[in-house]
Amino acid sequence: MQPQQQQLLDGRWHFQYGPIDLIISADGERSAIDRALSACWTRFSQILPELVEELHVLRQPLKQMTWRASPVARRMVRACWPHRAQFITPMAAVAGSVADELIDFFVAEPEIKRASINNGGDIALHLAPGQSYAVGRVSDIVNFAAESQGRFAIDAAMPVRGIATSGWRGRSMSLGIADSVTVLADCAASADAAATMIANAVNVQHEAIQRAPANSLKDDTDLVEQLVTTAVGAIPAGLIQRALENGACHAQQLQDEGVISAAWLTLQGQHRFVDKALDALMLPSRQAA
Amino acid sequence: MTAHNRVDHSADNADELSSAQSEVRVLDKSRPRSENMAANKIECNACPVLCQITEGRSGACDRYANVQGVLTRVDPLVLLTRDTSTELFVTGVGAGTTYPDYKPAPFMVSSTLNGVDMVTVVTEGIFSYCSFKVKIDTDRYLGPERASIRHRGEVVGHVTTAEYGSQMLSLGGVHHLTGGSKKEGRVTCEMMMALGNKQAVELEIEGGVQLIVQAGRAPIVDGVEEKRMRVGCGSATIGIFAKQWFGHVDEVVVVDDHITGVLSEHQAGRCLDMPLSGIKMKGRKSTPGRYFQVANPGQGWGGTDIADPLDIIEGFDAEHARPGMRLLMTSTTGEHSAWFVLDEQLQPVPASMPSAVQKVVDRIVENCEPSLASVLFLAGAGGSLRAGVTDNPVWLTNSIKQAITHVSCGGAPAYVWAGGGITVMVDVLRMPDQSFGSVPTPAIVAPIEFTLRLDDYARLGGHLDCVRPLEAVVNAERDRSVHWAVDDSQWPLHQKPMLG
Repeated sequence: MQPQQQQLLDGRWHFQYGPIDLIISADGERSAIDRALSACWTRFSQILPELVEELHVLRQPLKQMTWRASPVARRMVRACWPHRAQFITPMAAVAGSVADELIDFFVAEPEIKRASINNGGDIALHLAPGQSYAVGRVSDIVNFAAESQGRFAIDAAMPVRGIATSGWRGRSMSLGIADSVTVLADCAASADAAATMIANAVNVQHEAIQRAPANSLKDDTDLVEQLVTTAVGAIPAGLIQRALENGACHAQQLQDEGVISAAWLTLQGQHRFVDKALDALMLPSRQAA
Repeated sequence: MTAHNRVDHSADNADELSSAQSEVRVLDKSRPRSENMAANKIECNACPVLCQITEGRSGACDRYANVQGVLTRVDPLVLLTRDTSTELFVTGVGAGTTYPDYKPAPFMVSSTLNGVDMVTVVTEGIFSYCSFKVKIDTDRYLGPERASIRHRGEVVGHVTTAEYGSQMLSLGGVHHLTGGSKKEGRVTCEMMMALGNKQAVELEIEGGVQLIVQAGRAPIVDGVEEKRMRVGCGSATIGIFAKQWFGHVDEVVVVDDHITGVLSEHQAGRCLDMPLSGIKMKGRKSTPGRYFQVANPGQGWGGTDIADPLDIIEGFDAEHARPGMRLLMTSTTGEHSAWFVLDEQLQPVPASMPSAVQKVVDRIVENCEPSLASVLFLAGAGGSLRAGVTDNPVWLTNSIKQAITHVSCGGAPAYVWAGGGITVMVDVLRMPDQSFGSVPTPAIVAPIEFTLRLDDYARLGGHLDCVRPLEAVVNAERDRSVHWAVDDSQWPLHQKPMLG
């Protein structure tokens, strides 16, 4: 199967190649968007074969800085570098790195006002001066309709061009139990890696939490035999607090180091912000349907 | 579940296959590229990642899984449903493809129709040889025949023949997709995909107009939305309405870029025994009461470039004309009309139109149908795609020609051209939304289904071992149902092929 593209009915574009799914939207001058999309599509079809060349190395734990041939692989390594004291492989930033690589084609066009590339929840943004995006957050996909979900705005003046969400329910496996950790950072790759690490840190031990070795669930996973979360039953309120505290602590450290701008953690109906500044970003919550 | 890679598709193997079918050992799964792959794994070749997937698990994309040793697609498939029954039809939309095609098509679905076992072979075809034939309902001049049509600066098609009340365009095609520059191919592919997916497309005709075309919508010519088709040419309009005008007028001129009609000289007027008005027209007289080229083509009255209708009248011959004569001038759509009375010098003077005459002009308007752009997808399925259906491709072609096999595209009835091959044409409005995709070749991806009796399928060498009951497909595959929205399309299973 070769890469495929489709324009969705609402005007956004869907690019798909193997495991990569992108939803692309852009506002601005039509011909500029067309140019950016064309360039983006050409580059898109090259990325997967490039990454496959180095896949075996990218699945190894990151310990030292080594040069990678693929520009996307270099983005992955760079984004994971601040986390190397713990177990991390460059794959933790693969989705965000692909989004970052492609958003540059939209940044290069002065006539494009804003653009976003959503790679399975890891989002790269382009905002021309004065522009903003309203972002919706869903922490409980299962009960999507009965959402107690949040909305916030990212404007061009903020140092945020990447949004990523991680959690045990998502497509990637997590060592932690967070329903969701949403991270804002200067690029999608940094947000992606940080969200993974913070979600891993949202953790406690309890019998209602089921775990299994990663390689018993998925072939060729970079997490090898590490225990990943497969189910989280109801756990006591005190433990929820402690798990969130563990994650928030890690997020605060990353925020102090300048790796991320802000993070929002949720677990079983409770949530924690790592940066009070995020409160100011919150728009009134949409009424539940 | 679907066997997507039951055969190793290395080139060597393909050569052997063509010569001696029966001697080929068909591997249950493709031979692993790595010698030390575990026995309970299969290698997925759907993308360059080449995941080795253990039984019961899915690959990195979560689109393909190893189900009991068979590579299985888990993407949703589009099913068509109807209000009036519980019938389901599996479309090729989302079916994927098994290119290279000697692998059986992704879905072969059996169902029962009036007690007869039917099978539908469902696939998505990758079409290089394909184009759109677009009919623009308009009398306006869009551009010269054979003129190039551009989209985002690239040549993507050409103006073809003018037809009754409409102009035909040919868009896309293999020479633009793969015969020109890379950019031409990419732009053509994007234009085709948008057009097929019922989206608006901007076109520029060299030496002609700017056009916005969208299937089922009024075409927009130089920024002006087309409203109505003409009721007929000027001469035909005279013929249709002569009796209704009779007694209320002394002369009628129906202005038309093709044939302008003049009532008193026209056969219709002669049969009503109307006296000649003595009107002297510009242009070239064809037969009595019919004039070619009274003006240049344009955006004015009746598809000409005139704004003042009197510009096409040279004068009145005093031998026949007399003061007080009543003259109606109208266009072929009734969008333009004017009423004149001749003064003492036999000069036409504008006057207010009597209601009896106005009523007939209104009737011209009423008889002009709304202008639409209709978009037909034309593609050749006569090539390698057939091998996914049967071992001997020509049998599939023949079975269609013999009205044994019905061809549909996304469930929409496909017209099959006469002559060799399987060249089909289908109205995109009858297809489910978002039926078209593309691959970077560039080429267009479109759904195609072949439906026939199960016993006929066996006789033409079909991949019988891959046929699954409809219920099994619906239960095993992720799907999304699409309502059968086009009421006047026949249900695919009830149809004989539309043969040329």
